[in-house]
Formats: sequence, C-alpha cells, structure tokens
Amino acid sequence: MSEVIKNAINELQSKFKCQVRVESERRINIVVDKSFIIDVAKYLKSLGFDHVKSVTGIDYPEQERLEVVYHISSYSNLDLAKIIIALRTSVSYKDPSLPSLYPVFESAWTGERETYEMLGIRFEGHPDLRRLFLDEDFEGVYPLRKSFKIKLEGIFVDKPATK
Amino acid sequence: MTSQPLNETQKELLAATGMTVEFIPVQGELNVGPQHPGSGHMRIYVKLNGDIIEDVDLDVGYVHRAVEKLSENRNYMHLIPLVERPAILDSIHMNLGYIIAVEKILGVDVPERAQYLRSFAAEVNRIASHLYGLGILAIFLGHSTGFMWGFGDREIWVTILEALTGARVTNSYVIPGGVRRDLTQEIKDMTLKAIVYQRKRLEDWKKIFFYNPSVRARLENVGVMSKENAIKWGAVGPNLRASGVYYDVRKVEPYAAYDKLDFEIPVYKEGDGLARGLVRLEEIEQSMRILEQIIKNIPEGNILSDRFFKQIPPTRLKKYWETYRRIVLPGYYASFRPPKGEAISRVEAGRGELVYYVVSDGSPKPYRLRMITPSYRAIYVFKQLCKGARYADLVSIYGSLDYFPPEADR
Repeated sequence: MSEVIKNAINELQSKFKCQVRVESERRINIVVDKSFIIDVAKYLKSLGFDHVKSVTGIDYPEQERLEVVYHISSYSNLDLAKIIIALRTSVSYKDPSLPSLYPVFESAWTGERETYEMLGIRFEGHPDLRRLFLDEDFEGVYPLRKSFKIKLEGIFVDKPATK
Repeated sequence: MTSQPLNETQKELLAATGMTVEFIPVQGELNVGPQHPGSGHMRIYVKLNGDIIEDVDLDVGYVHRAVEKLSENRNYMHLIPLVERPAILDSIHMNLGYIIAVEKILGVDVPERAQYLRSFAAEVNRIASHLYGLGILAIFLGHSTGFMWGFGDREIWVTILEALTGARVTNSYVIPGGVRRDLTQEIKDMTLKAIVYQRKRLEDWKKIFFYNPSVRARLENVGVMSKENAIKWGAVGPNLRASGVYYDVRKVEPYAAYDKLDFEIPVYKEGDGLARGLVRLEEIEQSMRILEQIIKNIPEGNILSDRFFKQIPPTRLKKYWETYRRIVLPGYYASFRPPKGEAISRVEAGRGELVYYVVSDGSPKPYRLRMITPSYRAIYVFKQLCKGARYADLVSIYGSLDYFPPEADR
C-alpha cells in the first residue's frame, strides 16, 4: 500500500468521518453517511479514482435498511487501477433516497438506474431515473427486495390435472 | 415526422439549381428494433434531425433473465449454469469470474495445472468470441463474406472447447478448486493445427475486410471516443483499449496463470470503429501466443484442490479420474456453506472487464450476487457515441462496440 493511499485513508477518517477498513493490498472498504457521499466521491476522484465499476443495492429487511455499494477504481493511473474501493452507504426504508454520484462519476449512470428500478432507491440528481430492464407495466414490489418471492416449482410437484 | 418550412438559404439554393422538387428537412423519431439485424434484442429509439442523430434512448431488457434475483434461490454450485447463460458465446469467462469470487469466500487454493487449464479454456473462448464479434460487425456493414468467415473460423475453436469440456457453448468447465476435465494430447495437436490455420486466416481477414475501402469508409472516423470520454463513460475491454487506455485485468490483477505467461496488450489511439476492430483482431494473435505457451509449459499435477479431491469416494476416483481423467463430484458438494463474508472478483472477458460481487450470509445460497458484464457497461457508451453521428452509422457503431444484448440484460 503506497504512501498516497495511506495519507488518503487518514484524511478520509479525519475529514469526512468515514470508517475505513483496508481488507488487502487491492481492496478498501469505506462506510460513509449518505450526507457526505458526494464530498467523499469528489475527494476520491481528485486522487485519480475516475470511474465506477458497479452500483449494488443490498436489502436488509430485519434492519429495514438498504445498503448501496459503489465499486470505484481507476483507468488513468495504473497503480490505483489495482485497487477497488467499495464505497458504502445506507438508506432506511422510510426515506430510500440519496444524492446521485452521476455529477461526479458519469459511469454511474447505468448502475444507478438499475438500482432504482430493482430496489426502489431514489438517486437525487440523476438525469434519467427511469426503468431500464423491467416491463413498463411491471407491478408489485421492487424485485430485488427480499419481500419479493419467486414462485418456485419443484421437480416433484403434485398438481391436480386441470379440468 | 414533422416537416419544417425551408429557410431563405435553402430557397436560394433550390432556385439556383433550377430544381422544382421541394426539399424538406425532416425532424422526427425512429424505432429500430426490437427484432432487427441492426439492433439485436433491443429497441433503439432514435431522435433524428435530417439524418443526424440527436439522441438515442436504448430500450434494453427484452431478454432479461433475472440472474441476480434467481441467484438468491439457488445453491452456489447450481448457479454455475445460470451465470454463464448471459453471454452464451463467452461462457468460460462468465463461469471463471463467478468461481473466482466463490473461491475467495471459501478460501480454496487452486493447483497450478488447473490454473493453466483455466487460462487455456479462457483464451480459446476469447478467440471464438472475437471472431463472432467481427462476423457480426461484417454483416452489419453488409459484408456477408466477413460474416461467414467469422462464424466459420469460430467453429474450429468451439470444436476445441467441445473436445476439452464436453459441451459446445455452455461449458460449465470451471468448478471451485479446479476444473472438470484434463487436457489430452489430441486436444494439444488439434489446437496447434488450429493456430496454424488461424494465423494464415488473419492475413486474409486483413486483406478482405480491414483493407477493403468500403469497409474502411464505414468504420474510419466513425463513433470516435476520445481517451477522456472512454474513462468518463466507463468503457471496457477492446473499446477502451482502442481509445488509448492501457488497461487489461490480465495485467493489472492477474488471475489464473496470466502472471506466468508472456503476452502483449494491443492499444490504439484513434478510438474509432476501425481501431476497435483491429484491437480485437490483434488480440486473437496474442491469445494464440498464450495458447502455444500453455501447451509447451503446462505443469503436471492434479486439476482439483486436494481439499475437494480427498472427498471424492475411491470407487468414483477409480472409475472417472484414473480412466478418463475427469472429475465427478459427490452429491453433497452441491450444498456447501461458505463462511460469512463478501468477495469481489474481476476477469477480462472477451468483451472486457467482468465484475462479480458476492455477499454470503453463511447459508448455502448467496445473499446477493451482483454481475456486471462488459456489455452492460457499454450501454452508456453506445448512447453517448450515437449522439451527433449519422443515422447510417448507427449500425457500424453498434457493430464496432461488439455489444451483445443478452449479456447486458443478464
């Protein structure tokens, strides 16, 4: 882990009150409150982390919260390209919205749009927050929430013959 | 379509030519697809001004199979055939990326021979995938010969994969801790023969396709993506490297046996359709170099981690491993419980970087599986590249990006 990254981690902890966990040489985990997420993203971009690889939403129904994970890495700097940063934040069921990272990283466009339709998390400031994959007339809860159950058919189903 | 009245300049021009036909510039919208040779399984909603594209709206999702949701209902092993479906012609890479993530959670080591075999299968698959992409690009430009050549050449590599894995397209070859089958002398000979043929063929490819003036006219300076834009939009794979960014997961974060192999990454500066095609053509050559090295240097040894190998009952070991050199795992393998935790893995698939993010809660099923395929990340690139292009160039941009709709939809 280079000096640049070590300094950055100290800065993140002191300035933005992030919980930073270094998992290995190539993986860093940052947990941040959603009100600071834009500032942290801007800071990371100024270091050279220039694109978002994926936007993931994870549902935790017992705690009534949704976690959003941005995986951020670099193309322009080959040393930073070895590192993937997981930038995490949480939103509650009552207010599932957080500021969009689109103004900072344009590559978050697709991921945020998909996370919106699959989990119902609103990204404030995203220019085109519409459905991406699902039908226009899809009804019911958001499909990637745990409350959405898939109807499963076992191999040995005793179904009465249709009359 | 709405027509606009002519302005003064246009009226003057018409009067000067002495033409009597009224020339009306047209603005409007056009639907391309969902089933169309130039759109795949996707509707492209094009806003036109004359024949200049002002904006496109990509309506993806016609082949959405909900892999991420289904993964919450399947055991880890049962997911292998599911995750490799999205890119049916690049299934080894889809399989490999997922297994690397699962192995990280399980903490399994992989023997060296298996690592080489993974690289071998992946490179054969990369060649097949690139030939498919070039063939599709050719047919989009109306170049039927290129299409038939691409698919004909691809057949040879698919046959090698078939001999190695037992399946033509959805191979399910990589399993946690190793691979399913071993390499034989026949497959080695087959591959060496195929390399000789393909080398000769690549020269012909250049002559008939890339040096062809009409193809060049359709590809050169079309859909130009600058280096800054490629980084900003998050392009991947050959599209990124054609714009001058040196980034390849095989070099940045070597997996399988890539840190022991010698190969180069072709990078172009132009960032247009032709550069994207040429990057893929040169990657085929590099893949063949890797294959030759693997055939020469592959170490002897087991192809499955000892931890799992010891669990196979002796009768089964005798029947399959000692006669056909094939791994058949016991049934209870299917419902293993990895410890709590999460893992992210990335591999360089045929079309670019493929990211898997797996969260495990200690049950036999993943809590959340996130799959970011290369074509998924090309959606935004495609949308941005079309802006300002001519309508006739829509298909050449599409083809040169090597976009594969089922892979984007997952």
